[in-house]
Amino acid sequence: MHLRRSPAHGAAAEMAAASVAGPPGVMLREIAFAPQLGVRTVPGSASASRIERALGVSLPSSVGETTGDPDALHCVWISPDEFLTIDVSRTQEHGEAGAVAAALDDDRPGAGRVPGQVVDLSGNRAILELTGPSARAVLEKGCHVDLHPRAFPVGHAVSTLVGPVPMIVHRSHGETFRLLPRSSFAQYTVRWLIDAMLEFRTIRA
Amino acid sequence: MLLIDCPHCGPRDEVEFHYGGQAHVPYPEDPYALTDREWAEFLFYRDNPRGPFAERWQHSVGCRKWFNAVRDTATYEFLEVYPMAAPAPSAGGGLTGNGPVGSGSTRSGPVGSGSAGSGSA
Amino acid sequence: MTAGRVGPDCSPGHGIDRTAPITVTVDGRPMAAFAGDTVASAHIASGRLSCGPSLYLSRPRGIVAAGVEEPNALLTVDARTPGGPSESMLPATTVEAVEGLSARWLQGMGVLDPLGDDAYYDRKYVHTDVLIVGAGPAGIAAAREAAKTGARTVLVDEQSMPGGSLLSGRGETVDGVDAVAWARTALERLTGQPDFAYMHRTTAIGSYDANYVVAVERRAADVDTPAAPGVPRERVWHIRAKRVILATGAHERPLVFADNDRPGVMLAGAVRTYLNRYAVAAGKNIILATTDDSVYGLLEDLHSAGIAVPLVVDSRPEPSARARAALEATGARGAFGAAVVGTSAGADASTEVGTSEGVGTSADGQADAGDEGRVTAVSFAPVDEFGRPSGDVETAAADTLAVSGGHSPVLHLHTQRQGRVHWDESLAAFVPEAPVAGQAVVGSANGAVSLGVALEQGAHAGHSAAAETGARGPLVVPTASAVAPGPVRPLWLIAAPHGSAAPGSPDRDGGPGESDLGESAASDGRSGVGDSRDDRPGTSDDEDDDAAFAPERWSTHFVDLQRDQTVADVLRAIGAGMRSVEHIKRYTSISTAGDQGKTSSVNAMGVIASLLEDADPASVGTSTNRPPYTPVAFAALAGRRRGELYEPARVTNIHPWHVAHGAEFEDVGQWKRPRYFPRTDEDMDAAVLRECAAVRTTVGFQDVSTLGKIEIRGTDAPEFLNRIYTNGFAKLPVGRGRYGLMCGADGMLFDDGVTMRLAEDRFLMTTTTGGAAGVLDWLEEWHQTEWPHMDVFFTSVTEQWNTIAVAGPRSRDVVAKIAPDIDVSNEAFGFMEFREAQLSNGIPARICRISFSGELAFEVNVSAFYGLAAWELVAEAGEEFDITPYGTETMHVLRAEKGLVIIGQDTDGTVTPHDAGMGWAVSRLKDFIGKRSFQRADTVRPDRKHFVGVLPVDGVTRLDEGAQLIAAGTPVTPEAGPVPMIGHVTSSYVSAELGRPFGLALVENGFNRMGEIVQSPVDGTLVDVEITSSVFIDPEGKRRDG
Repeated sequence: MHLRRSPAHGAAAEMAAASVAGPPGVMLREIAFAPQLGVRTVPGSASASRIERALGVSLPSSVGETTGDPDALHCVWISPDEFLTIDVSRTQEHGEAGAVAAALDDDRPGAGRVPGQVVDLSGNRAILELTGPSARAVLEKGCHVDLHPRAFPVGHAVSTLVGPVPMIVHRSHGETFRLLPRSSFAQYTVRWLIDAMLEFRTIRA
Repeated sequence: MLLIDCPHCGPRDEVEFHYGGQAHVPYPEDPYALTDREWAEFLFYRDNPRGPFAERWQHSVGCRKWFNAVRDTATYEFLEVYPMAAPAPSAGGGLTGNGPVGSGSTRSGPVGSGSAGSGSA
Repeated sequence: MTAGRVGPDCSPGHGIDRTAPITVTVDGRPMAAFAGDTVASAHIASGRLSCGPSLYLSRPRGIVAAGVEEPNALLTVDARTPGGPSESMLPATTVEAVEGLSARWLQGMGVLDPLGDDAYYDRKYVHTDVLIVGAGPAGIAAAREAAKTGARTVLVDEQSMPGGSLLSGRGETVDGVDAVAWARTALERLTGQPDFAYMHRTTAIGSYDANYVVAVERRAADVDTPAAPGVPRERVWHIRAKRVILATGAHERPLVFADNDRPGVMLAGAVRTYLNRYAVAAGKNIILATTDDSVYGLLEDLHSAGIAVPLVVDSRPEPSARARAALEATGARGAFGAAVVGTSAGADASTEVGTSEGVGTSADGQADAGDEGRVTAVSFAPVDEFGRPSGDVETAAADTLAVSGGHSPVLHLHTQRQGRVHWDESLAAFVPEAPVAGQAVVGSANGAVSLGVALEQGAHAGHSAAAETGARGPLVVPTASAVAPGPVRPLWLIAAPHGSAAPGSPDRDGGPGESDLGESAASDGRSGVGDSRDDRPGTSDDEDDDAAFAPERWSTHFVDLQRDQTVADVLRAIGAGMRSVEHIKRYTSISTAGDQGKTSSVNAMGVIASLLEDADPASVGTSTNRPPYTPVAFAALAGRRRGELYEPARVTNIHPWHVAHGAEFEDVGQWKRPRYFPRTDEDMDAAVLRECAAVRTTVGFQDVSTLGKIEIRGTDAPEFLNRIYTNGFAKLPVGRGRYGLMCGADGMLFDDGVTMRLAEDRFLMTTTTGGAAGVLDWLEEWHQTEWPHMDVFFTSVTEQWNTIAVAGPRSRDVVAKIAPDIDVSNEAFGFMEFREAQLSNGIPARICRISFSGELAFEVNVSAFYGLAAWELVAEAGEEFDITPYGTETMHVLRAEKGLVIIGQDTDGTVTPHDAGMGWAVSRLKDFIGKRSFQRADTVRPDRKHFVGVLPVDGVTRLDEGAQLIAAGTPVTPEAGPVPMIGHVTSSYVSAELGRPFGLALVENGFNRMGEIVQSPVDGTLVDVEITSSVFIDPEGKRRDG
């Protein structure tokens, strides 16, 4: 475990220092090492049902939708045949994708191989969590997508840009947004967010 | 800032998209049946109309899916968005590409007949 | 009565807080002001109008306007906060007076603050159902109707307070209450609604496709809130609106007559704004000149403030009812069917010039001392049906001439979206022909001529816009006077009476401005090059058929005050053959200054129409407005994307180690990659030589995590790869990798890399660092658009893995130590094979035998979050072999020594695999993307440029990358003309192994030129270069297996 280093490792103290609890504050932290699986399949297909059975969660069916439990295993819609599962309640283990991927290769009689793909992507994206009354305002400094609760309700998630960084934006709770940039962008994204949060610390002060 | 209606993700800002050039330039059924000139026209020649133009877009920051759209090159207005496999809308006169040969339907031959490779890279 | 600040009994002072006195300083002169003043109103309150002289002609100038259209009164404002910018060319009419502000009148050109700008700027993305631009009566009525439906509504307004044109008037009522109070109350009621936002001090500068409006908010820090970290000085709003309502008002036009640029000649609406909004009188003896009814409100207001208005000069032959009533009520004289033909600045005025010291602060408003060249008298004359002076010239004394040449709707945002306009003869203005789709134009921007009509248009537009987004509410139209004004009689240019001694003539013939004109026009080339009518002053053109339009008679009829362009300049443009307004605008530079011609553009069209036969403004047409509507600071546009936030820096998990070990970094796309790891006192050359030697003789390691990685699964994956790569992959055994080339359909190299077969239906493809995203797109594109029925899926795993290259003769020893469970012998672990392993510290890894240097080499792949731990393990294990970290520069040298191409460095999109000497990787058996192109006549030419090695013959000179190659003996002289190029150097290094510099190149027919001596320039001297094979070391490949 001590051998692992999360994408935003080293910025934890800065994130904590930049965070302000309570109105109009906003807090930033990293959720490290959560298992993430990349899933390629067409919903409704035999592959999809095998994957859903193996995962224990159904696949979302349209843009923005997430399924499952935002505080444990949940699944984000990326495209009509691409999904990302995330389990924020535990830590990735070696061979994480194995069991689900094996469902596609099932060679028992009557089963057989089916199309699709399941890949361990736990190291592929960082998970940053922005919480607080001003979380939306921080994101609106760089997010082209409409974050108004009517357009972006709790449970909504999309792939878009925040500033110059492509990422998944997931409103996991009322005032909480999870941001999933590729890991290499994590350090930049943290700096971008800390800078964007500055205004709300100042207002409070 | 164009607002482009991705068939899968809905309206998103232009910055999330990648432009793919003219649509309906089918990859020739049999490239080897073409003269060098015809092949060169497939590779390099594209329409440049003023007015409605069928073109390819990819929602590169979102679902990464390719789709077709008819856009007015004078007003920048998107008139229609439709899937790759669908034929060019009849509404736009002069919309179809002038690819030298090919039906535009997909097929399973070694190198097929849609329009990949005609506008990117 | 005096000029300067007037009391509450004389003015409502809508915009100022008389209980909040402040002091601002201009040119070192402290001026008393009130909160709500602009620097311009404070200046006028101090009894003056004059600002810095005109830029090109150095003519004395004064404040003309009260808003963004101001052409003259530009300030350089000193930095307001530590680290903030000193800003140049800000109109004094838009700079809010705040305590302690210090500014100078601009003299000459504006300058960017050489000290930079450390203030904080920001950006915000906003989505709304309805966006209203302009918080005048029409905009507020629209906002009220839209917001009450629950529709998301944003109202932006450039002013510091709501009301727009209402702030300039007095006594008007809406729904029976004072109009200014109505505006304030209406907004107060809306504010606090969750989905309503009123953004004041926010200028919509550009309107883009699909109702995307960009607005700049001048924020708090400079105006009403102390600067604080993270609180932006300005913030750029990117607003996407379902519906847009433009309630942008109108700008008043000046009149074009001789000496119309003197200090004291002001727009009538501005004089009224200063009086009613800021409670300052521009003068104490004011003459009005107009072409319509709009000045009569000013007449009444001035009269009731006790300011003398002896005369109104009105172009219309008969007084309108409005005019008659106002004249009767005030006792002013009305001269109808007349026009101002000139102004003069008498000797009395000029004697006041030297008295400026200490006068300005006079709180008692002791008049206008210090206004050099200010108007002292106005000449006017009857005009005939063509607008020509046709009777006796009269002269009347005045310190201010308030002019109105009509009103031009502000349609910048409308026309930026290709909204069309047409000339409305009855309004003498361009008005929208129809709104842009999804938009509405209301109020005076839409030609509404009364408050009642403006409110009605606004309310209906707000109601409809909300309804179109699905939000409905009861329509309530505020009521106000809707009395239509009298007719308009435009005057585009008014000749100075021929032969009469126009009052300004001494000035015109001998003034400093006049003598500068010729010089200025000649020196900056704005005057007609090649124009046969060289009409500089002093050149007689009495022979000209049309002496009345000799330009020298028009050289003080200013059209564009900021550009110092006159009717004479327009005449020269026409004389040079220009006819289109777009050409004349460019020839003269009219409307191209910082004010973008807000007061000059339509007048220029009117002037052109008057000078061309059979033309009117409708046929002359408009020129195109482009964003931004008002100037925007670069720093605001940059926002937070500066410094370390300018561009994302992508880093690997191992990055902190590189930093800690002193790496110098190279940008590869957005990645920060170590270029080399210098030891103390090493430069790049020394470090790279050392790193290269280490890999060739012992062992080195490199972070190659940035290489693109794509996992592929599908029963059709082998066939798919066969079509994508030029070489075959279908028969690649499980457990092995193969190097492959990708070409575009045109047959040109596009990417390369090693792909490993993980299972029958699973592959792991690697790509170049820069090509990672492009290759994934390429695969998806062919799958989605050509072969959708193939069973194959792709997932990028670039960032899932960190990869460490371990290269050199001792690499096997290192890998054996870190992966004790696997047999790393050559017999057990062959080249291009891979093994799943557990590293000695427990980390799961996939280890491959891949070499990009020709040496024995391995690549260790681990999940990204183990990257640093795995790297440190390699470092520790390699210590006994003196393992050396190396960077991209060393990698480049090593591969170049081996003749391995870097796509994008040694190729440029015109190079086929054959050109690159890699015909061995092109299958003859299968079809693949690009294959057909290899039969094209151009790709089978024998004399294409080939990828070869180049060796400087002297053995010591390093060639320049990108340098041209020419055949030996080719003359390189101007006399000999163009020099035939035969190729260029694509890579050039010094080799530790070879002990000399070497390079790679693309050379015409290069494969058939081995041994030929060609030449390349180095530091201006041609050096001899031998063409060689591109493989410099180990051509037999013996080192690969250690």
